[in-house]
This record gives sequence, C-alpha cells and structure tokens, in this order.
Amino acid sequence: MAEEAQQMPRSSYLPRRVAMRGLAAAGAAAMLRPVGAIARPGTIITRPIPSSGEALPVIGLGTWITFNVGEDPAARDACAEVMRHFFDAGGRAIDSSPMYASSQPVIGHGLRKLGRTKEVFSADKVWIRGGSRGPAQIEQSRQYWGVPRFDLMQVHNLVSWEEHLPALLAMKAAGQLRYVGITTSEGRRHREIEQIMRDHPIDFVQVTYNVLDREVEARILPLAQERGIGVIVNRPFRQGVLIRRIERQRLPDWAAEFEAANWAQFLLKFIVSHPAVTCAIPATSRVEHVRENMGAARGRLPDAAMRRRMVAHVEAL
Amino acid sequence: MSEWWTYRLSDFLLFAPRTYYRLFELYNADIWPAQIAALALGVAIVVLLYRGGAGASRGIAAILAAGWLWVAWAFHLERYATINWAAVYFAAGFAVQALLLVWTGVLRGGLRFQAPSGIPGRIGLGVFLFALVMQPLIGPLLGRAWTHAELFGLAPDPTAVATLGALLLANRTRWLLLAIPLLWCAISGATLWTMGAPDWFVSPVLAAAPIGVALWKRS
Repeated sequence: MAEEAQQMPRSSYLPRRVAMRGLAAAGAAAMLRPVGAIARPGTIITRPIPSSGEALPVIGLGTWITFNVGEDPAARDACAEVMRHFFDAGGRAIDSSPMYASSQPVIGHGLRKLGRTKEVFSADKVWIRGGSRGPAQIEQSRQYWGVPRFDLMQVHNLVSWEEHLPALLAMKAAGQLRYVGITTSEGRRHREIEQIMRDHPIDFVQVTYNVLDREVEARILPLAQERGIGVIVNRPFRQGVLIRRIERQRLPDWAAEFEAANWAQFLLKFIVSHPAVTCAIPATSRVEHVRENMGAARGRLPDAAMRRRMVAHVEAL
Repeated sequence: MSEWWTYRLSDFLLFAPRTYYRLFELYNADIWPAQIAALALGVAIVVLLYRGGAGASRGIAAILAAGWLWVAWAFHLERYATINWAAVYFAAGFAVQALLLVWTGVLRGGLRFQAPSGIPGRIGLGVFLFALVMQPLIGPLLGRAWTHAELFGLAPDPTAVATLGALLLANRTRWLLLAIPLLWCAISGATLWTMGAPDWFVSPVLAAAPIGVALWKRS
C-alpha cells in the first residue's frame, strides 16, 4: 500500500478548462453508472483536483480534537502511528488549523518521525482576524508542520475572508502555496460561501456533508462542479455522534454490493461517491479506525440509486 | 462570530476527555511532591482561621493568592494552554484574582477571617474542607486514576471552590473577590458537561452554596 501511495502522481497538472471538461464528463458518467466502475480493483480511489487535474485519494485525515494532545509524548507517538497507517494505506491529505491548538505541532512531529514530509498533501487554514496578521500565522503553521510550503491554505470559517483571500491568491501566484480554499461547517454562511465560489478563483471549498446532513447537495455541490472547485468534506460522522448512533445496528447485507465492510466505510462511501466530492477528512486518534476509514477508498462505490437507499436506511434507524 | 446561535458548547471543546485527564496526570508527575506542600498549606489555612487575628487573616489571604498565582502559571499557562488557546485568558483571570487577594487581604488587611460561629461560616468551612479533602477524591471514586487527582492550590477547580468557601468566613462579603471564582466554576462545569463527565456539576453546585449564603448574609 505504501508503494501505491508513492507511485501516485503528486503533480500532474492540467489546464483548468481541460480539467473541468474532464470532471464534468466524469460527473455525468457517475450519474449514469456506479462510480466504482471508474475505480480499478485493488487501487486506491482518487479524484482529480478540478483546477489542476492532480489526483488526490478520496479519504484524507482530519485532526480536529483527535490530534490536540499537547506535549504528551505517548499521545504524540500514538498520533504518529495513526499517520503511519494512513500513509501506508495510500492516504495523502491531512487537514488542520491554528484553531485546533496543538494539532499542528503534533502533525509536524508525526511527519518528521515518519519521514513523510514530501508525501503529505498539507491542507491548513488561516484563522485570525485582520489580513495583516495572516502571513505570520501561516508561517508559524508552516514551521509547526515542517513542510517547505502548504499545498492548500484555506480561510477558516470565512474569518476576515475579504482580507485573507486576496493575500492567499497572491501567495499562490508567487508559488508560496499550491491551492487556495475556504471553509465552513455545519451549514453556516452557505450563501456567502456560494457568492465567494462564484466571484473568486478558489481551488477548494470545505463543507460539512454526510448521509444525514445533505444541505450542500442542493446548491453548493452542483456549483462546485459547475465552477471546477474541489470539495473537501468535514464532519463525515457528525464528530462521532452519527457513527455511535448507528454502530449497534447490523450493517445491511446490501452494503457488500459497494464493498463496505463496516459502518465507517458505509458512511464514507456515501460521501465520496458524490461526483462533486474530492475527498472526505474523517478525524481519528485510533489506528483501527484509520484502517477502517481508508478501506472506504477502495473497491466499488455506490451508484445514485444505492445512495438513495443508503439515505433511507440511515434515516429509518 | 457570525451565526453565533448555531454553535453548541461542543463546538468549543478542543480536546478529548482522555487528553484533559492525561494533562492532570502529567502535571501531577511533573510537580511532585508539591502536592504535599499544597495540602499542608490548606491545613495551615484552617489552623490560621482558628488562631484568628489580623496577621492570621493576612496569612490566609496570602496562601489563597499564592494558589491562584501558581495555577495561573503552572497549570493554565504551562499545561492547559497547550491544548486550549483560551487558557491564556484563564491564566490572566487567575492572576488578577491573586492580585485582588493580595491587595484586599494582604496589603490593605480588608479581609478578617473568623472561625465559624453561625450557619454561613459553617457552610463556608464545609465548602473549604470539601475542596481540600473530598474534591481530589471524586475522580478516583468515579474510576479515574489517582494520578489524575486535582488538588487545592494546584488545580483550578478545588482552588476556586476553596476560595469561595474561605471568603464566606470573612467578616464581610467582598463581591469583587467572588466574581472570578464563580466564573471559573461555571466555565469548568460547562467544559466537563460537554466532555460528558459525570461530576460536571460538582464545582458549579459548590459555588452556588457560597453565593446563596452571601446573598442571604446581605439581606
């Protein structure tokens, strides 16, 4: 699995228009046939970043709460172990924020310990009031991670986005970042998110989406497809509440049709089978959970009819 | 913060419960044997209370202030701030409380602590002794390790509760000195409640008793 991850193209750039045409075609195909039909058996499922065509595994790693372990050396090493299994299973995208307290230095500890600094797709956020303070915060975050530059920098929860976004786009133009994005969670400020998606050349939008929270299906996900914007999905398990609610129930037999072996894979495959979604970022501090999660990036994915069945099933539980 | 009404308490919890309790475990290991000194200082407050007099009252205020200052630096700034960026503000609040105790109780001699004679004093002494002796036992009684124990003068909750109890033993109610301990008990209760801790109510309830008595004394 580690070899697969190393063989994945890190930068296979395509012109934005070409990439968008390709994505639109893939999206249309996905609506007509099982998405899993475009995934080769045994390989990790990737999605092209619309603005570049670079392939990204559909399952990433979130760090909200789970990686905020302070200076505890044992807990830091446990997080590094989670990262090791994540990378070994073909994962690349790790997401964090200055808001997550010690999560950034804990990621940096793991990357240094594992020697995977070049392998990671580093996604972080700027989270500070006032545009003038953004660059210093981004530099501090970069030092915590120990990466030469961030792959993706996002404006966290739209905090001072009017000031941060032009600065991030300028950093991207100067080669100091590779992608720029904005984030929200749990349905907040969606109208503003839509407006930014229409008016600004962002590469990614990060939103909450799961089998029960599907508000983004109506406007944001279609808009992302239309505008060629990648979608990162947070809170795939409603911070664990959703999976705790259903894990005592028996996994339906028909989950085998899209190769979901457990509820985590059931829930994640629902998310990443939406053609607009680039990747989901479940957070965990446990090795067995990261292994389950990464299993959702392999095998078949549910088609549109199966997705409707999944929604009906979970809503009835 | 826009759309503030859509946020829940859990949206502000930055860490897992095991991380929070592990913080106390590592803290206790780092500062050992300061726990013995803290317990001795707690007992010294009781001794000074029964000795009485202006000097003893200044001594009690100084011990309480030292506890608040220690927690501000050693716990909030040095440890809690590594998992909660708000701990910097908590440290500032605890330092202000220490200064208030020094100014009011040590420098100006404005606090005259007395051995309990009526109901308010007995409740105050009860709350103080609970914070000193019983509160550290709550975690272990609920199944958490002894190494996670939170002690007066070293951990914020028993320090705040003990201070509220001690202030009930003063000759007059100093509302300014009650504000920060009460606020901390509310913050701590909300944090533990969000973490799903079964003992989340302990500090808020213990804080409610002194404030009720203080209001009763005033009326």
